Amino acid sequence: MTVTEPKPSYKYVGTRPVRHDGLEKVTGRARFAADLNMSGQLHGIVVRSPHAHARIVSIDTSEAEAMPGVKAVITGDDFPAVEPGHRQYDMCINVIARDKVFYEGHALAAVAASTRDQAQAAAAAVKVEYEVLPAVLTIDQALAADAPVLHAHMMTAGANPPAEEPSNISNITRFSGGELDAGFAEADLVIEREFTTQPVHQGYIEPHACVADTGQDGHTTIWCSSQGHFNVRSSTATLLGWENTRIRVIPAEIGGGFGGKTTIYLEPLAVALSAKAGRPVKMVMTRDEVFRATGPAPGTKLRIKLGVKRDGTLVAGDAYLIYTNGAYAGPGGLLGAMTVFESYKIPNFEIEALDVVINTARSAAYRAPAAPLTAYAMETMLDEIAEELGIDPIDFRIQNAVTEGDPSTMGFPFARIGFVECLEAVRDHPNYKAPLGPNQGRGIAAGYWFNIGESSSATVNLNEDGTATVVTGSPDIGGSRASMALMAAEELGIDVYDIRPVVGDTEAVGFTDVTEGSRATFATGMAVVEACRRMVVELRGRAAKMMGVEVDDIDWVDGQAVYTGSDGDKAPLSVAEITAKAKRTGGPLTATGSLEAHGAGPGFAVHVCDLEVDPETGVVRVVRYTASQDAGTAIHPSYVEGQIQGGVAQGVGWALNEEYIYDSDGVMENPSFLDYRVPVASDLPMIDAIIVEVPNPAHPYGVRGVGETGIVPPIPAVANAIYGATGCRIRDLPMSPIRVLDAITSNGGSNGA
Amino acid sequence: MGTSGSKPLAAGPGVELTAGGVSAMGYDLMLSVMRYASPTTVAEAVDLLGSEADARVYAGATDLIPQIRAGRPEPTVMVDLKRIERLCAISANGSTYTVGAATPTADICADPGLVAAFPGLVEASGLIGSDQIQSRSSWGGNLANASPAADTPPSLIVNEARAVIAGPGGERTVAAAEVATGPGQTSLAPGEILVEFELDQPPARTADAYLRLIPRTEMDIAVVGAAARVTLDADGNVTAAAIALGAVAPTVVRVPEAEAALIGNQPSGDALAAVEAAAAAATTPIDDKRGTVAYRRQVAGVLARRAVTIAAERARERGGQS
Repeated sequence: MTVTEPKPSYKYVGTRPVRHDGLEKVTGRARFAADLNMSGQLHGIVVRSPHAHARIVSIDTSEAEAMPGVKAVITGDDFPAVEPGHRQYDMCINVIARDKVFYEGHALAAVAASTRDQAQAAAAAVKVEYEVLPAVLTIDQALAADAPVLHAHMMTAGANPPAEEPSNISNITRFSGGELDAGFAEADLVIEREFTTQPVHQGYIEPHACVADTGQDGHTTIWCSSQGHFNVRSSTATLLGWENTRIRVIPAEIGGGFGGKTTIYLEPLAVALSAKAGRPVKMVMTRDEVFRATGPAPGTKLRIKLGVKRDGTLVAGDAYLIYTNGAYAGPGGLLGAMTVFESYKIPNFEIEALDVVINTARSAAYRAPAAPLTAYAMETMLDEIAEELGIDPIDFRIQNAVTEGDPSTMGFPFARIGFVECLEAVRDHPNYKAPLGPNQGRGIAAGYWFNIGESSSATVNLNEDGTATVVTGSPDIGGSRASMALMAAEELGIDVYDIRPVVGDTEAVGFTDVTEGSRATFATGMAVVEACRRMVVELRGRAAKMMGVEVDDIDWVDGQAVYTGSDGDKAPLSVAEITAKAKRTGGPLTATGSLEAHGAGPGFAVHVCDLEVDPETGVVRVVRYTASQDAGTAIHPSYVEGQIQGGVAQGVGWALNEEYIYDSDGVMENPSFLDYRVPVASDLPMIDAIIVEVPNPAHPYGVRGVGETGIVPPIPAVANAIYGATGCRIRDLPMSPIRVLDAITSNGGSNGA
Repeated sequence: MGTSGSKPLAAGPGVELTAGGVSAMGYDLMLSVMRYASPTTVAEAVDLLGSEADARVYAGATDLIPQIRAGRPEPTVMVDLKRIERLCAISANGSTYTVGAATPTADICADPGLVAAFPGLVEASGLIGSDQIQSRSSWGGNLANASPAADTPPSLIVNEARAVIAGPGGERTVAAAEVATGPGQTSLAPGEILVEFELDQPPARTADAYLRLIPRTEMDIAVVGAAARVTLDADGNVTAAAIALGAVAPTVVRVPEAEAALIGNQPSGDALAAVEAAAAAATTPIDDKRGTVAYRRQVAGVLARRAVTIAAERARERGGQS
């Protein structure tokens, strides 16, 4: 670990206790969404489109309704109509199609029956008449002059002049600064490169699942796993046309989300089926459904031009980014534009980013959405430039790295950030200078993610025995229960194992936004700290009463109320001593913290990858990998390391093998973990994580979110290492054995170079 | 018990098993009730197959269950062969090894005699699936499933394994190379099952090797597989060679041109280059989600050359020992 700035010494923060939910999880006893069963429950099955693009002419459910065990069948007609312009129009028509289906696997009806087999048989008996439409499957097809238009209402937002005709471009984002032409005129070296990437899935192991039960009074309970149960509540209510508060969402343990569970798919269908049948309804996706109908991260076409002076100073950057978000408008291009040049001082730049719709599943967030792809382009180009100029690639990045006070792409100045420290940590690590074997190459790359704050709530209840329960509204995706307990332990002076961290349902804790932007330990942690600090104020007051002194004369020191006044010695009071007398001093001790968190510190990471390429087969094996990342302050270092390692594993998979493969009709050909190749354990070496700690000034403990940044550098780090091993620049993902061998055989990059 | 019209099982400790057939989006669709039978003798299994129109035998079911989940019509009866002792036994009798067709590959990989005699075949056996799959997967299942990409058939073929087949007309023995006839197709007649494999102890200075190309390190299906076996004389010249390729044609491909190029030569230099060229030329691969024609062809040559090199190295190390 590298500590780059002095920080207070903590008793609990920075230690590595066994996580509170660990034993239940490693013994298989923790209850994930599909583990929940209600007495009398029905099983719901979704009817999905076999076509990538079609008009629904008619749906006949009569045969299905008459089948054995069938209790309810629903279609889009069972939900309130939505029109373009509705604030969640895309989500609504994605969860259940109305007049058109936009991708293979698009849900258009659902059936509930007594058994899963009966439900599946009935789903197969729902008769759907389609008018099959030509499918738009690639960015080039979507942008062709004669392209079929997916959405008749889609007038490009941000177009200048304003769009007059609908198109498949949902949005254009433009950012600029300085004078681009003047910048390039100043440059001694200008390079321009193009890249293509394919959609990839988040690959969470737990499929989407839920149970919904609509009570006699219409009040509904949903049990499900998600990255935010308040979001499940509001999105489900929106689709049903209900008030939010008619729905209570109880979070199950979550088996991976990585951004893909920040949206909903099944819950409104389960509620509608339950309401119609008057019984609880359970729905669990198959892996096949998960691949076809949920979550891919966008595919892209990227073109970037960079200008640099001979001394290594970047002077100009021009980026043209096209992201496809599947069948609906999405933020890929916008996020690409926000990240492409963000890590470096580039005084003259223009960025134009297009978001394009095609007939594939609606994209969902995936760890640092869009950033791994802009990093793939930028960081491999920076490598080329550094080599051309004869500058060490880390020194080149340090020379151009943003530091405190530098303006971001959007103009605001960076606060204290740890980018340079991450670069130095890798430069100084033995991995960076270790000798390489035959056919081995080394690549480095940096990554950035801005992180976000949003709303969080926490409640701290002191128990009669002096222990504490900490309730928050953030699902525990990556060890956040342990992080919350550690911060509460530090504030209250209670042992971390005497704190029970609980994820509260939507009726047990204050509103909390979905877990995105690596915000849980940052923002929900702030709410916990706020609640604890209020609790300490209360504890001091109670102690003052017990001692018969003024509260101003009580300090809170190491978990004890300590009298600091001049009226003689008084024994300090522990939390347990205060809670034992709570009935006499004012009743139960409880405190809350709720806030809109600002100042999420940007996260930077720098990775070095050593790999070996079989020059005769193109097979790539990663042999050593070291990753530095600025965590601000690591509350629980093991889970920071885990986040870094997980990001690397997913990023390496993205780099080497993962991709959606469609046939010419838009039918996915690899909807299983056999042919959608995430890395297996033996594909990766132990990943050495270096935690850099440059505290975030906006957080009481200096926390920066760490969940996402780690997936940003691996793709370019792998690409740069492949170049080191083979001399080939590969600018199309994935860098599969076929593509690598092809590049070696043609002795160039896939785009020439 | 069962769907109406199907006969009750004649024998075996059958238990009900519900599993399904037609599938969409990965669901098992239960249109009828499948039955399970577990005969304990070859004769019982053959009788069962003869009396049930739509019975299907399995050893580990590591291919069958995923196929049913993917939509293959379900049989009326699933016949489990693992309760038949002869099908799960490994024995050595004189110079012949006999391996039951349903013997778990985990047992094969742990058998010292097989490991010493057929290192490449054992390696191929150990590459199938995961540790869990290894406790179920078998040579018989791997061969009878007739996937062009199966890992063990090329090695069975270069070692001239013989397959003992039982059917209504009794038993017959054929070369293992004659069992698979195309993707999912075999020469087994209706009612026939693979019982066991026979392998002769290799002669002196003989060894085999198997290599496969997968994008990952494990848990994957061969993009190309290559098995080689060579016999050397005391001077290190090749006196016999067998090379077989998987996943590059509808069935395993022997490469006689490559074998001929090795005979009488040291397994190096020009002879190996000839092996590589001949192996690549012998392929008739397809483009699919796992590989391209050009890639499979090129890599088939590379793996064939490497497998010959490893086999020859082993043969030299083995020296005069048989």
